[in-house]
Amino acid sequence: MFASLHGSGNLRGLAFEFSPIVEQTAPDTVTFDASGLERLFGLTQDIAAAVMRRAGETGVKANLAMAANPDAAICAARGFAGVSILPQGDEAKFLGSLPLKLLETTPELQETLERWGIRRFQDLAALPPLGIAERLGPEGLRLRLLARGEVDRMLVALEDPPRFEDEIELDYPVELLEPLAFVLSRLLGGLITRLATRGLATNELRLRLTLENRTIHERRLRLPIPSLDQRALLKLMQLDLAAHPPWAPVEYVHLEANPVKPRAAQTGLYTPVAPEPLKLELTMARIKAFVGEGKVGSPELLDTHRPGAFRMCSAVCLAAGVRSKYTGGKTAGATIALRIFRPPRVARVTIDSGRPTFVAAEGVRGRVVQLAGPWRTSGDWWTVDPWERDEWDIGLSDGALYRIYCAPPGWFVEGSYD
Amino acid sequence: MGAAALQKQFESVLQWQVRPVPEFVRTGVPEIDAATGGLPRGALTEIFGPVSSGRTSLLASILAAATGRQEICALVDVEDSFDPVSAAAAGVRLDGLLWIRCGHNAEHALKAADLLVQGGGFGIVIVDLGDTPPRTARRISLTSWFRLRRAVENTPTVLVAVAQQSNAKTCSSLMLECTRERVMWPGSTPLLRGMQVRVTRRKPAREVTACFQAAALE
Repeated sequence: MFASLHGSGNLRGLAFEFSPIVEQTAPDTVTFDASGLERLFGLTQDIAAAVMRRAGETGVKANLAMAANPDAAICAARGFAGVSILPQGDEAKFLGSLPLKLLETTPELQETLERWGIRRFQDLAALPPLGIAERLGPEGLRLRLLARGEVDRMLVALEDPPRFEDEIELDYPVELLEPLAFVLSRLLGGLITRLATRGLATNELRLRLTLENRTIHERRLRLPIPSLDQRALLKLMQLDLAAHPPWAPVEYVHLEANPVKPRAAQTGLYTPVAPEPLKLELTMARIKAFVGEGKVGSPELLDTHRPGAFRMCSAVCLAAGVRSKYTGGKTAGATIALRIFRPPRVARVTIDSGRPTFVAAEGVRGRVVQLAGPWRTSGDWWTVDPWERDEWDIGLSDGALYRIYCAPPGWFVEGSYD
Repeated sequence: MGAAALQKQFESVLQWQVRPVPEFVRTGVPEIDAATGGLPRGALTEIFGPVSSGRTSLLASILAAATGRQEICALVDVEDSFDPVSAAAAGVRLDGLLWIRCGHNAEHALKAADLLVQGGGFGIVIVDLGDTPPRTARRISLTSWFRLRRAVENTPTVLVAVAQQSNAKTCSSLMLECTRERVMWPGSTPLLRGMQVRVTRRKPAREVTACFQAAALE
């Protein structure tokens, strides 16, 4: 059984939702192998109803025809509006009333048939094959078989689409994120169904919004692991759009999913608990919404001696089963920790005999009762951003221990030992 | 409806609920583990003491022990004072640590901690109010602490709050007070060599004391 869709919209995407063997017959026609679908949907009418229902959901406007061979289905889809189901063996009778121009042929042959007064499928189907072969050759015979719905051939199957994308043009510009979420949900639902039917998942969503002022607002959502969880993905997109809202009403929405193989992981009985990757991503997105971008992540030390050099990484590696095996080692015993003041507090320091004797800064004030230093460090002198400083560890009269340093342009309190 | 029928219907609700004994995890400081048994899972632990009393050194040891057990930890840093360099030197595996920098906003910190505990999967969630002025920390209502305690109950997460004074009061299951005993000033090395910290268990009631030494970074 073959089905043909003729119309407008994402025909190919729709066809791929139902079958892996899809032929792009023409820009406005797609044919797919529907054999086996009866096990899922039941009768041919039920299959047709399922296809048309999905077409309605995805905004595809097309005629659907189902027949025992692809060309009969194609002719019926092009010739009849709505849904047509061609009974096997009666294709010639069913297609008989269609105009001959539906058969793609050369203009010369078309003109010859026109002169003979042959205008419909049934006229051509009734001609004797021997006579056609003598007068019109093999092309004439092929046309006759097409008109009788008797051509049996294999579909020229398309490769799996490398891009999973969907788009929608809105009837009126959408200003608020909430109504936009409904549109996104619909697009996301379609993409996820298409991915799921191929046993795939996505690890990246790309959203392109065309705004009312003709500018483009693009967002890219990377996931720690491939997923097909529509609710979680939608929530992540909503949070991302809330953090980076489009600056004008949205007119056109284009959503693309990066197809990847789904992650299959077997957790062990003795594996320590870890946050579920997508749940962690959602939690982080929620926290980022109020603490700000760049304030949530995993610290990573940079390969430099510059004090306080680190960067924040997205916490992808934190998720269950994603992180690498621990290879480091614990140092022997406890280590004294430093609490950093960000930014370093500008200090007024009294010096006596080259040593600090009194320190005053925001929240820090006292006589230096004990001290150690200086510890002179410098680096990056070969770059445009060199640094150098003299560090002192001091114990103040208030009982606290601080690290202070002297670097151009003056003295600073870097933090407290705790 | 007779009393017997009522009793039968609500027996399970009216019965005195006995809490199971929590599992304890190591702090990474053997002296404290020996004295207190470690930190309870599914409960709130408070570590408090004045500035430079060794709270953060203890915290770094706790994080190092937890990340060494392959657990994922979260640090909600109210005053943005966490130092990744000294934490890494203390043995904390930074790629197992989620650091949330709240920019001096205690309200955001509580909200973030609540989301993290609700999200689940973390071995330890730390709310670091160590540099928050006691007056600000005291403004956090007991209801908020109670909410956090309820959220962490029956989970394998250890919730730790660090501050200058005890704030959670009855909501915490374990209270550890840190005091600095002495500072080791340099002999041959140019900078601070370390300090000795005394940790006193204030809750549960029987007071227990342990001392540990925190060495300076090489």
